[in-house]
Amino acid sequence: MNRGHRHGAGSGCLGTMEVKSKFGAEFRRFSLERSKPGKFEEFYGLLQHVHKIPNVDVLIGYADIHGDLLPINNDDNYHKAVSTANPLLRIFIQKKEEADYSAFGTDTLIKKKNVLTNVLRPDNHRKKPHIVISMPQDFRPVSSIIDVDILPETHRRVRLYKYGTEKPLGFYIRDGSSVRVTPHGLEKVPGIFISRLVPGGLAQSTGLLAVNDEVLEVNGIEVSGKSLDQVTDMMIANSRNLIITVRPANQRNNVVRNSRTSGSSGQSTDNSLPGYPQQIEPSFEPEDEDSEEDDIIIEDNGVPQQIPKAVRNTESLESLAQIELSFESGQNGFIPSNEVSLAPVASGTNTEFETRAPDQKLLEEDGTIITL
Amino acid sequence: MRRFLRPGHDPARERLKRDLFQFNKTVEHGFPHQPSALGYSPSLRVLAIGTRSGAVKLYGAPGVEFMGLHQENNAVMQIHFLPGQCQLVTLLDDNSLHLWSLKVKGGVSELQEDESFTLRGPPGAAPSATQITVVLPHSSCKLLYLGTESGNVFVVQLPVFCTLEDRTISSDAVLQRLPEEARHRRVFEMVEALQEHPRDPNQILIGYSRGLVVIWDLQGSRVLYHFLSSQQLENVCWQRDGRLIVSCHSDGSYCQWPVSSDAQQPEPLRSHVPYGPFPCKAITKIFWLTTRLGSSFTIFQGGMPRASYGDRHCISVVHNSQQTAFDFTSRVIDFTVLSEAAPAAAFDNPYALVVLAEEELVVIDLQTAGWPPVQLPYLASLHCSAITCSHHVSNIPLKLWERIIAVGTRQNAHFSTMEWPIDGGTSLAPAPPQRDMLLTGHEDGTVRFWDASGVCLRLLYKLSTVRVFLTDTDPSENLNAQGEDEWPPLRKVGSFDPYSDDPRLGIQKIFLCKYSGYLAVAGTAGQVLVLELNDEAAEHAVEQIEADLLQDQEGYRWKGHERLAARPGPVHFEPGFQPFVLVQCQPPAVVTSLALHSEWRLVAFGTSHGFGLFDHQQRRQVFVKCTLHPSDQLALEGPLSRVKSLKKSLRQSFRRMRRSRASSRKRRPAGPPGEVQEGSAKAERMGLQNMELAPVQRKIEARSAEDSFTGFVRTLYFADTYLRDSSRHCPSLWAGTNGGTVYAFALRVPPAERRMDELVRAEQAKEIQLMHRAPVVGILVLDGHSVPLPEPLEVAHDLSKSPDMQGSHQLLVVSEEQFKVFTLPKVSAKLKLKLTALEGSRVRRVGVAHFSSCRAEDYGEHHLAVLTNLGDIQVVSLPLLKPQVRYSCIRREDVSGIASCVFTKYGQGFYLISPSEFERFSLSTKWLVEPRCLVDSAERKNHRRPGNGAGSEKALGRAREEARPGDGACPAQ
Repeated sequence: MNRGHRHGAGSGCLGTMEVKSKFGAEFRRFSLERSKPGKFEEFYGLLQHVHKIPNVDVLIGYADIHGDLLPINNDDNYHKAVSTANPLLRIFIQKKEEADYSAFGTDTLIKKKNVLTNVLRPDNHRKKPHIVISMPQDFRPVSSIIDVDILPETHRRVRLYKYGTEKPLGFYIRDGSSVRVTPHGLEKVPGIFISRLVPGGLAQSTGLLAVNDEVLEVNGIEVSGKSLDQVTDMMIANSRNLIITVRPANQRNNVVRNSRTSGSSGQSTDNSLPGYPQQIEPSFEPEDEDSEEDDIIIEDNGVPQQIPKAVRNTESLESLAQIELSFESGQNGFIPSNEVSLAPVASGTNTEFETRAPDQKLLEEDGTIITL
Repeated sequence: MRRFLRPGHDPARERLKRDLFQFNKTVEHGFPHQPSALGYSPSLRVLAIGTRSGAVKLYGAPGVEFMGLHQENNAVMQIHFLPGQCQLVTLLDDNSLHLWSLKVKGGVSELQEDESFTLRGPPGAAPSATQITVVLPHSSCKLLYLGTESGNVFVVQLPVFCTLEDRTISSDAVLQRLPEEARHRRVFEMVEALQEHPRDPNQILIGYSRGLVVIWDLQGSRVLYHFLSSQQLENVCWQRDGRLIVSCHSDGSYCQWPVSSDAQQPEPLRSHVPYGPFPCKAITKIFWLTTRLGSSFTIFQGGMPRASYGDRHCISVVHNSQQTAFDFTSRVIDFTVLSEAAPAAAFDNPYALVVLAEEELVVIDLQTAGWPPVQLPYLASLHCSAITCSHHVSNIPLKLWERIIAVGTRQNAHFSTMEWPIDGGTSLAPAPPQRDMLLTGHEDGTVRFWDASGVCLRLLYKLSTVRVFLTDTDPSENLNAQGEDEWPPLRKVGSFDPYSDDPRLGIQKIFLCKYSGYLAVAGTAGQVLVLELNDEAAEHAVEQIEADLLQDQEGYRWKGHERLAARPGPVHFEPGFQPFVLVQCQPPAVVTSLALHSEWRLVAFGTSHGFGLFDHQQRRQVFVKCTLHPSDQLALEGPLSRVKSLKKSLRQSFRRMRRSRASSRKRRPAGPPGEVQEGSAKAERMGLQNMELAPVQRKIEARSAEDSFTGFVRTLYFADTYLRDSSRHCPSLWAGTNGGTVYAFALRVPPAERRMDELVRAEQAKEIQLMHRAPVVGILVLDGHSVPLPEPLEVAHDLSKSPDMQGSHQLLVVSEEQFKVFTLPKVSAKLKLKLTALEGSRVRRVGVAHFSSCRAEDYGEHHLAVLTNLGDIQVVSLPLLKPQVRYSCIRREDVSGIASCVFTKYGQGFYLISPSEFERFSLSTKWLVEPRCLVDSAERKNHRRPGNGAGSEKALGRAREEARPGDGACPAQ
């Protein structure tokens, strides 16, 4: 549903967009409906199809307007690529096993030449790997801070990516009370707090959550007025894509914003897009759909398969709809290493995080909360 | 963009919703929890019961019932009807008095509280000075005499509750007017008895606890007579003609004192200790009732020999040479005797004894020799053995209904044939539109069949599965082993029996096919019985089959209970449902799901280890499937190993229960059942603040396949649908587990003519693993028109349209966290509704219900009725899964209430509000079963004594006939 508004950014005047795709030494050219780019999986399948490499796991990159080679591995950066391509979208495909991860970069123009030549001439002197302890095959985010620009500075919204990892979420919550400023003066209200982090768990390893942080929201839904058991159930129900808004007990590490307009997460790029809509309902649906359509069906004692989503309307390109989809690499991704750190993310980062719309209630809340 | 069309935007739909849905709590069935007081109005012929939580419930003829709730939630200590009026006074344990009246509004009577009052003494007086011990409504209905702990008798005017201080009968005043010789002992202390002279309203009797009884002249303010007993006084009874008083005492004796103007008698006419000579317990209440034939009835409570029978709860009836001590299984709260009501009648001629015990009401016919009990048309003790499960069947075919009633009647031969003697008021409720039955499974291995069509929940038939098994206790031992000349002459009465011979006998699941009369019941020790209704007694062997659900899994040890030993050889069964097949699951874990398909003659059952399918026609196991995860040790070890960890949580939940009970037992009376209330949440929060709780913490962890009890089979469902390809449909069995897995098996059932020759075959066709892994609590297939598939045999009986087999079918899977619709035969996700992720509530119960419109006669829709763990009830539309309405129904702390909820097929439901009471609620505008009745003091019934020979059936029928003309209109009387 989001794609409806994400695409509007580019040169909206053109109906189609040219795509030039390179795999090894071969080029393929085809065109895409700019207004209906479809999903990443469909695009991935299309590329495999046009290069006639249906069963090869590949990594897809594109050259952005600055000439950086950036990965395409999910719907969002795919849409970003489509929306910013002008006029041509240049795609570079590498076999996964031969992939040179260092080729990708948020890096500067200085390295650009190297990067591109590396990719363009893979037979050329293969760059010696740096001293790498192990080559990460499936490198995926485990957590992120999101919506920094729309939350009060005293709050922190943390997203934990549970999927695929063996690590337990690893935290406990408890009842407690906090003090709020209300029209009637200070008032003690019950709240939900993090009571314990399991060593080695996802929550602890991120460093973004701590004992005694007050939980304010779970996936966009306020927890005030809900019992501990209700909040527990909500967290478990959302455990595959858990977004917790907390008021950290330790307020000294808060992200400091210089101004409201230049946000410090990938969100800012999105905001600058002219077509960015004000979503009406706080909805995590788009993300949920991605993460939850993987119910598994086993037919006649056969091989487990993921359950496809019944096509409700013909939003996707007809040609894409025909292509058999493989979800295998759908969640592979690359993130810059500074993403998990607490420091403000460099504005050059183009990796786009899934974001949520500003929640109006939250903004109203600002004035009534004091920090203890 | 359909998503942006929020519910509530379509005015036409909103209007339709108002025509379809409406939430009402309509009536409470069963026996009031913790009764504390009994009252009876001989003129209205209405019984009143007060409870410890402040409720007062009135019962008359079947269908005539009222409920009121004191705001204070204090225990009701006494209930007194004003003579001849539709008014009653209650005394609560906070010493407050409340005046209630039955007022006619719109043709029906309503119970409402008019006035309340607390007796205030002079400033500085001790609180005991005004602590009320006895209440006597005067026959003029203008005055209330209040006996107190201080020995003073206060007079209060009605209905305004104004204290008439000049009329107070103080103990000093009485003392002064006593003759010299009676004054020397401290004879006062609290007032134990207050009675008005049966004939002369100017005389009252005052009994003081130290043993002094005086008859006081109200006009002359003087003592007419006095009687002095050497024992502590418990209670007094005044003979109908006023010539004799009978006092009962704490030493187990009672004394008769003649009232005559002759010289004062220092000694009683007769003093008697009925169960002497050894020390006896007190006789706390006594009735002395005359009969036309001369010899009187003496009925008293207590008085048993202290050492050997002091723990019994007995009421003794003595008449002529007959004496029986009725022995109750729970404490006697109070009792009364129904007798001639007309004040002018010469004799009492008692005809029924009504005893309110802690756990049941017992009525005994005093007219028939042997004093048999009378069958109750209402107030049944649902919990005579604890309820373990329930199952509701709507719209029972008349044939089956009559057969069940017939076999039930044969079980009730020991009851009196007396018509139900408490028959005041008129029920105006329309006759129930259909025959509904509620089946309750009990801890002792019985299944009770209740008529749940109307306001009165009436026992139709009781099935016991115990005979199939060998148990420790011999059934013959249970019979009255008491010899003829045993003393005291105890006789057990009532049905309340909380002790189960063997907890393994407990019934966990029930499934009745209303068309074929097949019944399947399953229990705690993995036993599954298939039964068939037989109108005759029969003796036959029950075929036994073991279903090994563990199959190839090895190295596991079951540490739980043994399986039940079946009785070998032929067993005698009385008419009714007779078992013919016994499947025993191995390991013998509790059966957690059960389904019966009477057309295919198949029964499916599941436990925490797996599920199986049994062909009860050929009596052959079709297949079993183990659902156990190899690492799930807990499920294998059985219930005992969990005891330790459970103990703590049990202790906590008991504490919580006690706390919540003590604080408030919220039974909202007639008030509008609002949307989710803010108030209680706030109160909770306040409570939370005040209590210094040890911090409870909850672990946040995604579910995984390795969690315990993922193999627990939660639901089983038979469907004739497109499982494999879209051209051919076939029978199928669906099973859902605790770990979010759905298994689908394609079945091949041979056609009827070759049913015995060919085998039923099954093959696994699909397995769906829900990624959120929440327990699957419901599975349903919708036909081409998105209508739920009909029940087996429903179409064959012309009671349902054939399902649409043209369009594509859809599968609905309800987990605790979300609702999902998949296409069939290729399973792809189509729609979903998330509950837990968005509001933190989980599905506890789900049922399909048909909602009819209250406006358009033939319009109706099928939807899901859903109960969440927060006690909310929601309606979720089919097939689009849109939430329709939401009501708060049960308190979220009331875990047993939520667990006991059962939905009917027409949008009603039941849940337990106490171990002994079902609350009935309705989500439908059309199907509403609630009492509508009229009680009128002017309507002088021809005070006939109930005749014998006709059952209570007749009374019910009469009430209905009378009700017919005046639905809503006020009958002119």
